Amino acid sequence: MAEVTLSGLSKAYGATQALRDVSLTIPDGAFVVLLGPTGAGKTTTLRLIAGLDRPDRGDVRIDGASVLNDTPAQRDIAMVFQQYSLYPHMTVRDNLAFPLRSPMIALPEDQIAARVAEVARVLRIPHKLDNKATALSGGEMQRVSIGRALVRNPRIYLMDEPLSSLDAKLRADLRIELKRIHAELGATFLYVTHDQIEAMTMASHVGVLDEGRLVQFGTPREIYEDPVSTYVASRLGQPRIALLPADAFGALATPPPGAAQIGLRPEHILQGEGAPATVHRLEHLGDQTRLHLTLGPHQIVTLADAHTALAPGDSLPIRPRNPLWFDARGNRLTAPQP
Amino acid sequence: MAEIVIRNLRKEFGAFTAVQGSSFTIADGEFFMLLGPSGCGKTTTLRMIAGLEIPTSGEILIDGEEVSRRPASQRDIAMVFQMFALYPHLNVRKNIAYPLVSQGVAKPEVASRVAEVARILRIEHLLDKGVGGLSGGDRQRVALGRAIVRRPKAFMMDEPLGALDAEFRETMAEELRALHDRMGATTVYVTHDQLEAMQMGDKIVVMNHGVVEQFGKPQEIYDHPATLFVADFIGSPAMNTLRFEGAAQSGATEVSLGGARIALPQLQEAASTQSLVLGVRPEHITLGETGDLRGQVLATEYLGTTQIITIETAFGPLKARASSGLPAHVGETLGLSFTAPKLTLFDAVTGRALRSAANAGVHHG
Repeated sequence: MAEVTLSGLSKAYGATQALRDVSLTIPDGAFVVLLGPTGAGKTTTLRLIAGLDRPDRGDVRIDGASVLNDTPAQRDIAMVFQQYSLYPHMTVRDNLAFPLRSPMIALPEDQIAARVAEVARVLRIPHKLDNKATALSGGEMQRVSIGRALVRNPRIYLMDEPLSSLDAKLRADLRIELKRIHAELGATFLYVTHDQIEAMTMASHVGVLDEGRLVQFGTPREIYEDPVSTYVASRLGQPRIALLPADAFGALATPPPGAAQIGLRPEHILQGEGAPATVHRLEHLGDQTRLHLTLGPHQIVTLADAHTALAPGDSLPIRPRNPLWFDARGNRLTAPQP
Repeated sequence: MAEIVIRNLRKEFGAFTAVQGSSFTIADGEFFMLLGPSGCGKTTTLRMIAGLEIPTSGEILIDGEEVSRRPASQRDIAMVFQMFALYPHLNVRKNIAYPLVSQGVAKPEVASRVAEVARILRIEHLLDKGVGGLSGGDRQRVALGRAIVRRPKAFMMDEPLGALDAEFRETMAEELRALHDRMGATTVYVTHDQLEAMQMGDKIVVMNHGVVEQFGKPQEIYDHPATLFVADFIGSPAMNTLRFEGAAQSGATEVSLGGARIALPQLQEAASTQSLVLGVRPEHITLGETGDLRGQVLATEYLGTTQIITIETAFGPLKARASSGLPAHVGETLGLSFTAPKLTLFDAVTGRALRSAANAGVHHG
C-alpha cells in the first residue's frame, strides 16, 4: 500500500504533447479516477507510473522515493487492461497462480494455493477455478484478469478502462465489486476511464485531464458541484450542463461582472415560473423524463417527472436558481478555493 | 412510408430456432426498436424484414403486401449497418450519389437529391471532400446519406451507433432521432442498449431467446414489465425483484412479505403458485427511520443529482434511488417503504406478471 506523487510530469510522443506538467498526489488507500476524452493523457499517466514509458520531465515518487530508475517489475505495480489476455490453455486456477510462480516471486505452492483461493473468494469465482479460461463469459474473464493483479498484493493497482468492453449490466455489477474489493484491501487504485458513471460512483478522488493538463482534482461531489470550468462541468452530469450566453434570462438572472456564460444543470432550473420556454421533445427514460426545451435561439435539456403531462409544443416557464457562471474563456467565476 | 406487419414469424437455422413465432405491428412513420441481449433473435428479425434471410414460416406485410419470399431488392428498404463501408476512392458527393447513379437516375435529379440529403444531414460543406479524412461521425452521416437518398419505404438499422464511444454516441443518438422527426420514415432499429431504446424509440419490442417478451411504448414497458426478464433488462439499475413465499388471490390489494404487509395494485388474477416475486423500481423505494421491512446500507453510489443506495434485506440486496442530499451511511439500518401503485407482482414459476389494476392494458408477447 502506497502513496504516489507525480510532480511536473511531461511527456511527448513525437509532435504530440501527451502530458503537460502534471502534479498530483494519490493518497495511500485512495481510489483515484482519471477522467477525460480520448487523447487527454489518461493512459500516458498510467504508463509513466507503471514504468512502461519514461517522462521527458518531472518525477514519479512512490512512498517518497523516486522510481524513475526502477524497472516496471521493481516498482511492484499491477496493471489491468481493457483487453484481458488470459492464457487460453490454462485453467482459471493456473492463470491466477501464474504471477506467483514467476522467478521473481516464486512462492511455495501451498502459499500460492491459499492466495488463489482467497482471491477467487473475493471475486466470487471459486466454482470456476478448474474451468479453462476460454470456457468463461466475458465478465468472468475480466474478473480473472483483475484477479491476476490481486494475487500479487502489489503496492499500487493501475487499471486502464477495465470495464469498457463489458455490457452495461455486467459493468454495473463489477463497479460495485471493484469498490468492495478496494475497501476490503485498502489498496491504492489509479483507474482510467471516460465513463462518467464509473468516475462518479467509484472514486474517492477524480482528476480531470484536458489535453494533457490536470485541470481539476477533487471528490466526485466537488467536481460535479464546483467545477472550475465549462470543460470540467461538461464532463459530469446527465443530461449535460446547458451553457447559454450570460444574458439569456435577462432580468431573471443578472450576470455577475465578467460573466459570459450561464451554466444550468437540471437542479439549477426552476420550472413553472420565469421565461417562457417551449417543449421541443421528451425522452421517456423510465425513471425520469428528459425535457428538450427551446428558449429563444437556445436549447436546454433538463429533467422532469417520469409521468409528466407535458407534450411537445407546450410552453413551460423556467428560471435559473443558483446557476454556475463562467467567463469568456470558460473559467468559472467564484471558483472553489483550492 | 410504410406500415410493417409481422405475423407468426419464425426462423430456424438447422436445429437452432433463432426466432420463434413473433407477431407485432410497426406503424407508418414509427421509430421502432428491436431490443434484447445478444443471441435473442433481434438481428435475425431485422434481416428477415429487409429480405436478407428467408423466414422458415410466417408473414411479413409491407403496406399490406406479403413480401416474405421476395428478394431484398424488391422490398425498397435501406439498411444501415454498424460498420459503414464507404467507397474510399470516391468523394462524399459521389458516395451519396452512388445508389442513384447505379439505378440510372438522370443527372439533374441525382444532383438535386444529393443536395437535399446533404442539407438534411447538415454535411453540405463536406460534399467535395474525400471520405478518407472524415471523422467517425461524419462517415456515419455519409453512410446514412447513402441510405436516405434512395427514398426507401423504410430504414433498417443494425446497431448503427455500436462502434462509437459513449460521449459521441449520445450526440449521434439525438441527431438520428431529430433526423427521423424531420423525415418521418418508418425506421426499425436493432440495439442491445436499453437506454438507447428508451431514449429514441416510439415503440419497443423486447426479445429474449427468440421470443417476444413484450411490445409497447417505452414508458409502459418500464412501468409495467410483462415478465421478469423485462423487469431485469429495462432500467439502470434494474427493477428490484424480491422473491418470497406467499398467497396472492384475485382481488387482493396487499401481500405479506415475511410479516411486513405490502400494499399493491389490486390483483385481477390469482397466482398458480406460492412462489412469488415482488418487483419494485429503485425510485419507488422510500428510505426512512420507520417501515416494517428493514435493511442495512451496503453501498452508496453518487450520481450527481441522485444517488443509488444498495441495501441488504432478508430478501436479498435492493437498490434504491434517492436524492443525493439524503444522508445514508454504509452500515446503518433503515426502514423501507414502497410506492404501492407502482408495484408489480410476478409468478416466479412462469416468470409472468400477474394482471392487476395497474398493468391490465399492457401487451404481453
